[in-house]
This record gives sequence, C-alpha cells and structure tokens, in this order.
Amino acid sequence: MSEPVHADGHHDADSGMDEGRRDFLFMATGAMAAVGTAAAVWPFLSNLRPAADTLALASTEVNVASVGEGQSITVVWRGKPTFIRHRTSKEITEAQSVNLSDLPDPQADSERVKASDAKWLVIVGVCTHLGCIPLGQKTGDAKGDYDGWFCPCHGSHYDTSGRIRKGPAPANLAVPPYEFVSENIIKIG
Amino acid sequence: MSSPEFSNPIVRWIEYRLPVFSMLHHEMHEYPTPRNLNYMWNFGSLAGFMLVVMIVSGIVLSMNYTAHVDYAFASVERIMRDVDYGWLVRYIHMNGASFFFIVVYIHIFRGLYYGSYKAPRELLWILGVVILLLMMATAFMGYVLPWGQMSFWGATVITNLFSAIPLIGENIVTWLWGGFTVDNPTLNRFFSLHFLLPFVIAGVVILHIAALHQHGSNNPLGIDIKNKGDTLPFHPYYTVKDLFGVGLLLTIFMAVVSYAPNYMGHPDNYVEANPLVTPAHIVPEWYFLPFYAILRAVPDKLGGVIAMFAAIAVLFVLPWLDRSPIRSAKFRPVYFVLFWVLLADCILLGFCGANPAEGIWVVLSRIGTVYYFAHFIILLPLLSLYERPIDLPLSISNPSPSGSNA
Repeated sequence: MSEPVHADGHHDADSGMDEGRRDFLFMATGAMAAVGTAAAVWPFLSNLRPAADTLALASTEVNVASVGEGQSITVVWRGKPTFIRHRTSKEITEAQSVNLSDLPDPQADSERVKASDAKWLVIVGVCTHLGCIPLGQKTGDAKGDYDGWFCPCHGSHYDTSGRIRKGPAPANLAVPPYEFVSENIIKIG
Repeated sequence: MSSPEFSNPIVRWIEYRLPVFSMLHHEMHEYPTPRNLNYMWNFGSLAGFMLVVMIVSGIVLSMNYTAHVDYAFASVERIMRDVDYGWLVRYIHMNGASFFFIVVYIHIFRGLYYGSYKAPRELLWILGVVILLLMMATAFMGYVLPWGQMSFWGATVITNLFSAIPLIGENIVTWLWGGFTVDNPTLNRFFSLHFLLPFVIAGVVILHIAALHQHGSNNPLGIDIKNKGDTLPFHPYYTVKDLFGVGLLLTIFMAVVSYAPNYMGHPDNYVEANPLVTPAHIVPEWYFLPFYAILRAVPDKLGGVIAMFAAIAVLFVLPWLDRSPIRSAKFRPVYFVLFWVLLADCILLGFCGANPAEGIWVVLSRIGTVYYFAHFIILLPLLSLYERPIDLPLSISNPSPSGSNA
C-alpha cells in the first residue's frame, strides 16, 4: 500500500485510490441492495401462482362408454370445459381430407387424436382467442362453417378436428395430455 | 404570499407547530384562479367528489360482501334484498362508476379542447392519464365481484388479453388467475386490489392537484395570467361555483339511481357465473366500448391488444405531438374542427364496441381506429406546422386582439 496515510491513520481523502475504493463500496452496496430487494419481492410474486391444492386437481378420469357415435360430452378438467366427441366417419373423413396449407395453424388430424382411436377427439373447449366456450356441444348449437365448433364471442370457426379455420383465434383448440386407461376410461391430465 | 394572521388561540397554537391552516388558506382561499373559467372547469372537482362517493359506498358494501365463488353472488343479492338501504348503496356504487367515467371523460375532452396538456402542464396531464388507467383497472376488477355471467366472462376475456404476449403469455395469465381458469383465487385477489386501488388513485389525485396549483388552471382563452385583474380568489368564487356543480350532478345522478338504476348495466350479470356457458354476446361496460372496438378492429390477436393499450399510451405523449404554442381551440380554426371529429370518432367507436363484430361494424371500427391514431400521430404534428391561428387577445381582462400569436 503506497497511498499517503496521515499521522492519525486516516487515508487521504483526495487520493485517487481512495475514490476508487469508495466507488467500489458504493456499487457493491447497491448490488447487494438490488439482490436483497429481488429476493424479498420474489415470494410475494410467487405467492400469486396456483397453490398446491389447485395443482392437485390436475387430472380427471372419464367413462365414455355411454357416448354414442355423433355425440359429445363436456367434462371439467382443471376447471376448464373439456370436449370429448365421438366422431362419425363423415367427420373423421372431413378432418383428414383438409389441405394443411389451407389452415391458419397447420396440424394434421392424426397429430390430434390417438392413432388407434381416431373416432375420439379430446380437446380443451376454450377458444384460443380470448377464452370463451365455443358452441357445438349440444344438438341445437351452431357448429360453425366447418361442422365443428363456433365461438359466439368474436366469431371463430373450428372444424371437426378442433382446428381454427376462420376468425380471430390464432391457434387450434388445445389437445390436453390424455390416455386410455382401459377401453372406455380416458384419463385427462 | 403573506401568511394570514389567525385570531383563534387554538388555531395559532396548532399553526405554530403544524402549518396546516396557512396551507389551506393559501391553496383554497387566496389561490388565484382565472376569472373567465366556464362550466367545463367544474368537472375536476366533480371527479374528486365521485371518487369520495365511490370510496364511501364501496367501504359500506364491503362490510356485507363475501369474496368467494360460492357466496359472492348471493351476498350481493342479500345486500339488495335484506340489508337496510343495501339496494341504495349498491345502486349508488354501481351507477357511481358510470358517472365517475362520464365526469372524467368530459374533464379529459375539456383538456383536449382548451389545450390544457401544453407547457407547463405536461406532468399534470400525464398524472391525469395515470389516474384514468388506475380507474379502468379498478372498474374492471369491481365489475367481477358480483360474480354474474358478465363478471366471469368479462374477467376471462380481459385477462386472456395477456395471453397474446409471445412466449410467456400463457404463464402470465395462469399467474394472474392463480389457477387454470378464472376461479376463487382470482375473485379473492380482485377484491383485494379493488379495495386498494381507489386509495392509490387518491394519492395520485393529490399529486395531480399539487401539479395544478404550481401553475394554476388553464382557462378558455388558453393565455397566461398577466396581472391580478385576470384572477379571482378561489374562495368564495369557485368554491360556490363548484358546489353548484355538485348539486346539479347529484340531481342527475340520484335521478338515475332512483328511476333507472339498471339502465347502464347488463341483465346477464343478474345470472350467476357459470364457467361452462358463455353468454351469446359479451360486452364490457359502456365506458370501455371504444377501447373494445379498437381491440376487435385489428384482425390479429397480439396486434389488437397492442392497439388497445396504445390508444391510451398515445395520450401520454400528446403534449409532444401537438407542438402548436396556441392552447385554446378558439384560436385554432383547423384544430377546432379536428377536435369535434375526434369526439365523433370516439362515439362511433363506442357504438362499434357495443355491436357484434360482423358486417358493417367491422368496417366502421377499422375506419374509426385508423382515424383515432391518425388524429394524434399524423394530423396534430402536421397542424403544428401549417395551421394559421387567429390573433390571441391581449389578456383575460382585455379581450382586444393583441395582433400577435405569441
């Protein structure tokens, strides 16, 4: 250490070395304060995320034995309506014969159903535009221009594979993770 | 400004330790106010009055309200049927929101017409836009609390706006909800924030008034105060005029509360929220309709959301878009026309927002949206360069033309 030291032991306030130390201490203190603030804020932000009991409701089992060809049921999964449709062969043909380049969100029907059970379509019944429930589950409902579902809020049309065909929605109706645990029982989530 | 002499010894004792009486005297009594203010200048104090009405009626309502998805709707119906004067307090709170927005929108358009946002009042204007944003957030969350069909689906649609944000949008929405849909955690936090935000608004209002008192009110001529003859003391001249305005507002307000309390509401909100059935036609409250029309006018989800927020954001930079040194539209012949076209455009957008997004309404809302932004971003900057203003008067007390536009 070569900087001048006064007789009383204090460092010279004018020395450049001292200025540098002061800047370092200032920045180190500021950095600690920033890290500390972030650490204190994080629990409060994280607190707003779904709680453990909400997350625990994450899967649902459904018996589809009673759903006849051409019928649909709505079940609740994670609080969201989930559509299960037993598709007719005409609906399956319609869904498979679409030219993928005509779709706003291109996805083949085979990617949206289980290969072994193309007649079952399982989709989250929440419009990908702003979250309304599309019509088309009940017999009297408007099914849109493509025989699937129609969202009354802002006019999105979905086809028999739940894919967006016309209207403001940017994406196809979501396919939730699901599996057949037996011939007639579907486990969603 | 000289401090007044107080004769009351108790007042003097307090004043010596906490100078609250001289502050009140300075800001309320001798505060010099332009002598030519017209009735459009009543709406600031009316907005403050409505804020107090909303806070008082809201606190009383909260004492009988239950923020739980199973009880919220029933607790509001209990307020309406069983609680003493509950119907009155709720109808005051419900219609008070509409009247608060009516008053504030008139206050904003007055500022636009008379150029009240120009130097040196830019921060005063920006604080006002902050208050408007806070009011919108508060009103939106308050509308969710009765847990009717419109509450639920309005909350769903508006919170889903954030899912338009690329990559993290879905996570943000789940975080806002505290679950996978609008549900009990959402209702709880909306109640908490709906209680908090009005006091935040009150805080920003204090800053708004502090900024106002720095340079004083603008006036219908838009020229600066030149001498004492241009002003009147705030009290009693404007305290009396403001009180008269409050009386008039209360007359109209209570007439609506008494005879047409549901006129501005939506019948679907008297049906309890059902997460599995969307009402056929979702519309927000009337004060959001122009913004809702802008949202739907853009055929792209993210683009629509950006346009809607930009419609308010553009107001923040308005003082720097309109470079004309002349404040009042009285002396700006072209701006005068553009002001009324903008007002008509906002009303047109309101009608577009109220109607289904199909056919002619889509076309009209697109024209309206393009014009709204063109007014602020293209027409106002051009006008600052090319408009020839009319001669300004010499002063507020001497209306003869000065022969200059400075």
